[in-house]
Amino acid sequence: MTSQQEIDEEILEYAGVRVPGGHPSRDYPPYRSSGLRHPRQALTVVTDPEAVELYTPVFGAGDVTALDADLTRQHSGEPLGERITVTGRVTDRAGRPVRGQLVEIWQANAAGRYVHRQEQHPAPLDPNFTGAGRALTDAEGNYSFTTIKPGPYPWGNHVNAWRPAHIHFSVFGTAFTQRLVTQMYFPGDPLFAFDPIFQSVTDPAAQQRLIAAYDHGLSVSNFSLGFRFDIVLDGPSATYFEEDHQ
Amino acid sequence: MSQNLEPTPSQTVGPFFGYGLPFPGGSDVAPAGHPDAVSVHGFVYDGEGNPIPDAILDFWQAAPDGSRAGSPGSLRVDTSNGRLLGRDGVRFTGFGRVGTDGDGHWALRTFAPAPDAPYLAVCVFARGLLHHLFTRIYFPGAPEDALLAGLSPERRATLLARPESDRVLRFDVRLQGGEAEETVFLDFG
Repeated sequence: MTSQQEIDEEILEYAGVRVPGGHPSRDYPPYRSSGLRHPRQALTVVTDPEAVELYTPVFGAGDVTALDADLTRQHSGEPLGERITVTGRVTDRAGRPVRGQLVEIWQANAAGRYVHRQEQHPAPLDPNFTGAGRALTDAEGNYSFTTIKPGPYPWGNHVNAWRPAHIHFSVFGTAFTQRLVTQMYFPGDPLFAFDPIFQSVTDPAAQQRLIAAYDHGLSVSNFSLGFRFDIVLDGPSATYFEEDHQ
Repeated sequence: MSQNLEPTPSQTVGPFFGYGLPFPGGSDVAPAGHPDAVSVHGFVYDGEGNPIPDAILDFWQAAPDGSRAGSPGSLRVDTSNGRLLGRDGVRFTGFGRVGTDGDGHWALRTFAPAPDAPYLAVCVFARGLLHHLFTRIYFPGAPEDALLAGLSPERRATLLARPESDRVLRFDVRLQGGEAEETVFLDFG
């Protein structure tokens, strides 16, 4: 099996490459699982202003309640770990807020263990923490979650592979074209350099956009530490086509 | 655009989304057992033809009357305990979500989309896929639109659902392959 040193060398081959939007190339050999799961044919460009993808699924008060954004209150007791609040604003590239849209998160517990049968590394499950939550953005595009800081965890990409601590995010925009699934990381994580998934974003400026900022103003006295993670969605919307493609 | 903010980069959905993204009734865009419902099903395959057991597909479509407005009510949370209930069987939300089974198979029940937008929009996520992929499932008899017209016959065929039996359509997603095998994936700019 591949060593960390070999992965480090592969990561260096691609480091610094600037890709439009800063997204990862789908073909990124240091992340072994991408090998057979990326297209070889060029994507086909669609410019149809009537495309269904310029509209988007909608979610409402019946789909998400305020409690769904608090991952620390889903069981009878308090979860173990460092309680945090994660707050941010979802906008499009023009800075327009994405209002009333669904933000979903899932994560490992404080020990780095997911509530998933395929995840069997020897860290404890927490009976008071599942690790999944949902929120709707408000009129300004803001969302907020209360959770605990996830732990790093090992995985099978190579020998002694460890993922930096992260929270998975799934976000809808004002158009289906703006759909995003990403991972939010924590500032100063010593594992960034070793992780091929984080490093698949090869532009250093784009990497910074995956890292939440510690925000003391969001910390709540005697309760939680605050992190800010603003999300900018890529891709056109119907409005974008109307305003910018005329 | 007044500003031009740099987007938040994509990252893979990973292998452990199973307790975060799927929801009850995610595959029942049309109520189960509805006489007009059509079942669309298939497999997701990798570049060696192996089924992918850890992919998840989001579906979005126009209503049978052509409306692109959608409706809330896909998830429906039970306010007494926080569990998701799924749809009420009355409102057509236009949104579906299905994770692949251990054998890479998925199935969706829905209504045929409107004639002026005769396709299901699909967003594919999977472990190993660093940035989602969009494709479309065109229903049989769909008039040829600009997208289909611009493709070679062998590429076009990857976007056409194949009738398998009465009200059952087959559509496989191949993430990687030659021109005749790999699904056409879309770039909306």
